[in-house]
Amino acid sequence: MNFYNEMMDANGGVRAHYKRYDDWLKATPPERIARKRAEADLAFHRVGITFAVYGEESGKERLIPFDIIPRIIPSAEWKSLQSGLRQRVKALNMFLDDIYHDQEILKAGKIPAEQVLNNAQYRPDMKGVDVPGGIYAHIAGVDVVRAGAGELYVLEDNLRVPSGVSYMLEDRKMMMRLFPELFAKNKVAPVQHYPDMLLEKLRAVAPKGVSDPTVVVLTPGAYNSAYFEHTFLAQQMGVELVEGRDLFVKDEVVYMRTTQGPQRVDVIYRRIDDDYMDPQAFRPESTLGVPGILKAYQAGNVTLANAIGTGVADDKSIYPYVPEMIRFYLGEEPTLNNVPTFMCRKPEDLKYVLANLPELVVKEVHGAGGYGMLVGPASTKEQIEHFRQLLIAKPEGYIAQPTLALSNCPTFVEQGIAPRHLDLRPFVLSSGDCVNMVPGGLTRVALTEGSLVVNSSQGGGTKDTWVLED
Amino acid sequence: MLSRTADHLFWMSRYMERAENLARLLDVTWQMSLVPQSLEAVNQSWNAIIALNSLEEAYAAKYSTVNAENVLRFMVSDPDNYASIHSCLRLARENAHAVRGTITTEMWETLNSTWLEAREKTFEQIWGAGIGDFFEWVKMRSSLTRGTTLGTLLQDESYNFIRIGTLLERADNTARILDVKYHVLRTHEDEGATDFYEWGALLRSVSAFEVYRKVFRDVITPERVAELLILHKDMPRSLHFCMNSVIKNLDLIANRQSGETTRQAGLLHAQLHYGRIEDILEQGLHEWLTDFMDRIYMLGDGISKDFLVPMSEAA
Repeated sequence: MNFYNEMMDANGGVRAHYKRYDDWLKATPPERIARKRAEADLAFHRVGITFAVYGEESGKERLIPFDIIPRIIPSAEWKSLQSGLRQRVKALNMFLDDIYHDQEILKAGKIPAEQVLNNAQYRPDMKGVDVPGGIYAHIAGVDVVRAGAGELYVLEDNLRVPSGVSYMLEDRKMMMRLFPELFAKNKVAPVQHYPDMLLEKLRAVAPKGVSDPTVVVLTPGAYNSAYFEHTFLAQQMGVELVEGRDLFVKDEVVYMRTTQGPQRVDVIYRRIDDDYMDPQAFRPESTLGVPGILKAYQAGNVTLANAIGTGVADDKSIYPYVPEMIRFYLGEEPTLNNVPTFMCRKPEDLKYVLANLPELVVKEVHGAGGYGMLVGPASTKEQIEHFRQLLIAKPEGYIAQPTLALSNCPTFVEQGIAPRHLDLRPFVLSSGDCVNMVPGGLTRVALTEGSLVVNSSQGGGTKDTWVLED
Repeated sequence: MLSRTADHLFWMSRYMERAENLARLLDVTWQMSLVPQSLEAVNQSWNAIIALNSLEEAYAAKYSTVNAENVLRFMVSDPDNYASIHSCLRLARENAHAVRGTITTEMWETLNSTWLEAREKTFEQIWGAGIGDFFEWVKMRSSLTRGTTLGTLLQDESYNFIRIGTLLERADNTARILDVKYHVLRTHEDEGATDFYEWGALLRSVSAFEVYRKVFRDVITPERVAELLILHKDMPRSLHFCMNSVIKNLDLIANRQSGETTRQAGLLHAQLHYGRIEDILEQGLHEWLTDFMDRIYMLGDGISKDFLVPMSEAA
């Protein structure tokens, strides 16, 4: 397989946008680099920027490895990526608004109705509910990868509770602290205004008539793997970090319990999945949510970001139709590529997939986090046979895609500097007609040699992401 | 501020203060046990510590005899004993973790590293290195936490709840130390030299030895020790000092339902402000302190209901 190297061209020369960094790296003594890397590790531990691993003793949190070679994106490429992301997220929001209202796209036969309406992530509770500005996915974390010839693909649209933005911000802070001289030499577009931008978006989608909305961040609690990020964002935005038990609903209005009595809440940036949001409406055993919050939401007395029911739009079985959504709602051709996808529920696709398993990536339709997937070229015969049985037993539960030759980038590993595969997750914020993002996003890197799975739960690390200004 | 946030701050500071006070109590008991006396008397003083915390049952489940090493192991590093120093430091850290976005980074790092260090210390190591060193370490970490709080935290509501938690806990502990030690010390008042060391140790346990000298410029007498620890308004571990600060902070956070709690706190404070040691001793110190501790408990309960875990959901 041919891999595209982000830093080096095919002849081993340094790409123009990496030139300054490369000069610096060559001129910097290895001892200094080693010292700085140790310093970064120590600082991340002390501050507690960690990733709680489920099931381990409290206080035993793992560090997400941070690599000091940045992922650099030239200005022109970012501009085109940005406009592609805007287009895509806009269409996805229009799709969500449509399927919970008139369902024009289903009537037009562009997507099989049963694929949407029978999807477990489709929430009939949301039918006919008008949300402020028609925005459902206020925060989207779109995973973008680069394949062998240098072209970009969207791998996944994460529209539920995408995480990782705190690492993007902390990585930048760390790079600037460790190597300020690099930022003097390179014009790196700033990202630190993300929390401001997020707060502005959240305030913009407050219920009608609320001029100075109270915004909160809702977390499942201190034992959630992304708890660090929840506290970080609440603190950066200067809003309360609440748990379900801090909130209650009275007469379809949401309040939080404060030392000065109940205080009304207008906008909730929630980091809890739909299923756990309201024990009266969804899973009755959930203790994380707020009883009655769905009714308050349906009545328009509180805004949830993201909305209930966005999961149907980032489901892997709906993913193949996103280009069709863009054409249908915007009358435009999609700028960003979709990965060709075989839908195993279709007999002809299943037949092809079963015949070509060693070359394909197979994913569970509802899976996430890098669990429950098969990377054909990297798997043993037994693993492949195991998936063959799974596919035959429940074809509608899977999709398959050609194995993308994910681009790589030089990365510090035990043996020195070696190429490792990576992806990019820009965070796209929407309110009303306005779609914004800070330049770049979170770059995740698979630290195991040859691995194409970048998820932090699977041992992935992160890099600072630089968009160079002209 | 969220009630739950205030609750975590309140308990974070209480547990840290409790760890410090427990270290002080164990330290003074340990030092007093080194003065020549009968084994029975020594074991009695260790027994008092278990009784003071109502831990007789939990202790009996693990140890058949009461002696210095067993009690210290139980109260210093037993993770199953919710009242041990080990548990207090863990609970202080857990409460801080839940509000790490509210407290400052320095405060969080101090509490977090205190717990991480405590977790690494086995009782054998602590015992082997001299248990006094460990008590010094706990006091130092508590001082560091307090100093970081004072030096970095915005003095808003969060600060008020932290102070109230600290001072209620401290008042309770000073009352306890005085109650248990005064009792033991008064029973053998014939040996002059022993008394001097023991009263000295008690004063040192609340960092009041030098203060006593400065205030009274005279020999140590039980009545004056009681007066200093109960009524002196400027001694940072006296009951009067603690209540001064409690009512001051309580005033700053008052809400619509906290009137009765404020009144109770005011009553308790007035008793210390206008009280005389002669009257307290005449009533019986033990009875007086028991009543005081009950009322401190009620005060904590009132604060909890008014601010921290409000029951009523009505607007």
